[in-house]
Amino acid sequence: MLIQRLSLGLLTLFVVSVIIFLAVSMLPGDAAQAMLGQAATEETVEALRKRMGLDQPPYIRYFTWLGGILQGDFGTSIANGREISELLGGRFVNTIHLAVFAAVISVPLALILGLLAALYRNSIYDRSVNVVTLSSISTPEFFVAYILILLVSVKLGWFPSLANVSPDTPFAERLYKTFLPAMTLTLVVVAHMMRMTRAAIINLLASPYIEMAALKGINRRRIITHHALPNAWAPIVNVIVLNLAYLIVGVVVVEVVFVYPGLGQLLVDSVQRRDLPVVQACCLIFAATYVLLNLIADILSILTNPRLLHPK
Amino acid sequence: MTEPESQFESVDAMPPPPRRDEGRLAVAWRELKKAPFSAKIGLIIIVTYIFVALFAPVIAPYGESEIIGPQFELAEKAPPFGTDHLGRDMFTRLIYGARNTVGIALVTTVFAFMLGGTLGILAATLGGWMDQLVSRTVDVLMAIPALIFAMLLLTIFGTSVVNLIIIIGVLDSTRVFRIARAVSLNVVVMDFIESARLRGEGLGWITLREILPNIMPPLVAEFGLRFCFVFLTISALSFLGLGIQPPTADWGSMVRDTSTLITYGELVPLLPAAAIAILTIGVNFVVDWFLHKTSGLKDEH
Repeated sequence: MLIQRLSLGLLTLFVVSVIIFLAVSMLPGDAAQAMLGQAATEETVEALRKRMGLDQPPYIRYFTWLGGILQGDFGTSIANGREISELLGGRFVNTIHLAVFAAVISVPLALILGLLAALYRNSIYDRSVNVVTLSSISTPEFFVAYILILLVSVKLGWFPSLANVSPDTPFAERLYKTFLPAMTLTLVVVAHMMRMTRAAIINLLASPYIEMAALKGINRRRIITHHALPNAWAPIVNVIVLNLAYLIVGVVVVEVVFVYPGLGQLLVDSVQRRDLPVVQACCLIFAATYVLLNLIADILSILTNPRLLHPK
Repeated sequence: MTEPESQFESVDAMPPPPRRDEGRLAVAWRELKKAPFSAKIGLIIIVTYIFVALFAPVIAPYGESEIIGPQFELAEKAPPFGTDHLGRDMFTRLIYGARNTVGIALVTTVFAFMLGGTLGILAATLGGWMDQLVSRTVDVLMAIPALIFAMLLLTIFGTSVVNLIIIIGVLDSTRVFRIARAVSLNVVVMDFIESARLRGEGLGWITLREILPNIMPPLVAEFGLRFCFVFLTISALSFLGLGIQPPTADWGSMVRDTSTLITYGELVPLLPAAAIAILTIGVNFVVDWFLHKTSGLKDEH
């Protein structure tokens, strides 16, 4: 079961890389044409095409591309001729930093809030948390971001509205500068995670074996910890990992709002510039992260659920 | 002779049966009056948006892309909200945004549900290679984050409304598929499905009469949530400049166009963003009430 899932994960990675490669090569026009513009003669375009290897059949280009990536060589950017791995390195670290920062705040917060809401169901606490999370789940990231900028940055002046960090920014200053983007992500993600946690636990509390345990006279805390939680782990872990994956992606909009030098902004810029190799590289990294997180979610739910560990 | 008596008593104690002339509408109306405050607010919001979307040309003081003055005119000179970066009336654009942004999101969600729901239930019921095939395809599609995949596909196929609907719809149907499949799987292993199979019921009966009614509450709730998600995705794409294109009035791109004003402490960029947020909040309130009602029957204890 586990090995099967792992190999499927690797297969998925492979197929995803093929899709990304094919999708980008389906873009109208090609890189050589885009670089030289409309005025270029057919001969110069052809020459550049040859130099960039665009005249070779797709499958050869795919394996050249993949082989390069496996050795850490993503090719060169069309827009400015720089090594892509050079462009990516610092930005990838920045994006991960932001996502981890947001996750460290949001995951424990969401679990505690969700568990409490499920336990004190229909209480005033549950209802108010419900209304608040519903509202924050419903707001676009840029709305949350601009409200935070307006209140915390423009009116109060506590945190900067631009998260312009550089590789040699000290960690403390980095945290200070990325506080608003991280808060934005947290606000967006916590609500979702918390509601799913609450739903998973309430769902379990409604099942007959919990009623049975209650009828046996077992106290409430023991029912939750020994009976409900073991079965709730799978959905909860799933929710957490999926939200982490969401964080990695949700950073795109947030990075653009806060002009944060991360992977997401590089992607948006590159799509607008039609810088194919960079778009490919960014998509591949986002997708690979996403595949791995999903893989972890599945493995964890297999490990925490005996029924999946020993299928009939 | 005690038994008939007790039966009589129990019948007597029961509430009077509903009157025959009471139709579905009346029942719905009675349920509505019992709805919590937040759900009523949600319904009012939804009805208002529908009204605004339908009668946009009547309500709006100017044309959708009519230039009425200098750019970024203050609210005092062009009430109520001033003008945007091209000198178009913000209020008018907000009203037309209800029609464009919400309409496109709704069509996309319906498309995603028809596709994902059907495949999800079928995959859970049939299992085997069909389940493997669709699930793995969905795995691959979901392995690429939706927003990023959508950006990629939109650059390839061009940013028209039809492309937007198809691309987001297909990408989002993968989420619907997963949920439909997961909840169906829980139902498929139940004994009553087994007994329906042993009775010799066909695939149509099992999916429509045995599984669908049991997974309907989570699916309906999911529809509301997915609508919000699609709506937010489309807005995010527009905000990044890859969604609904100008001159169509759309809330996401309006935020993008006026975002520079935020550093001057102006509220204008928040208006279209708030329009997005208020509708999704309204939908969520209604969904929540629905979830509460449908789950409340199951776990009274």
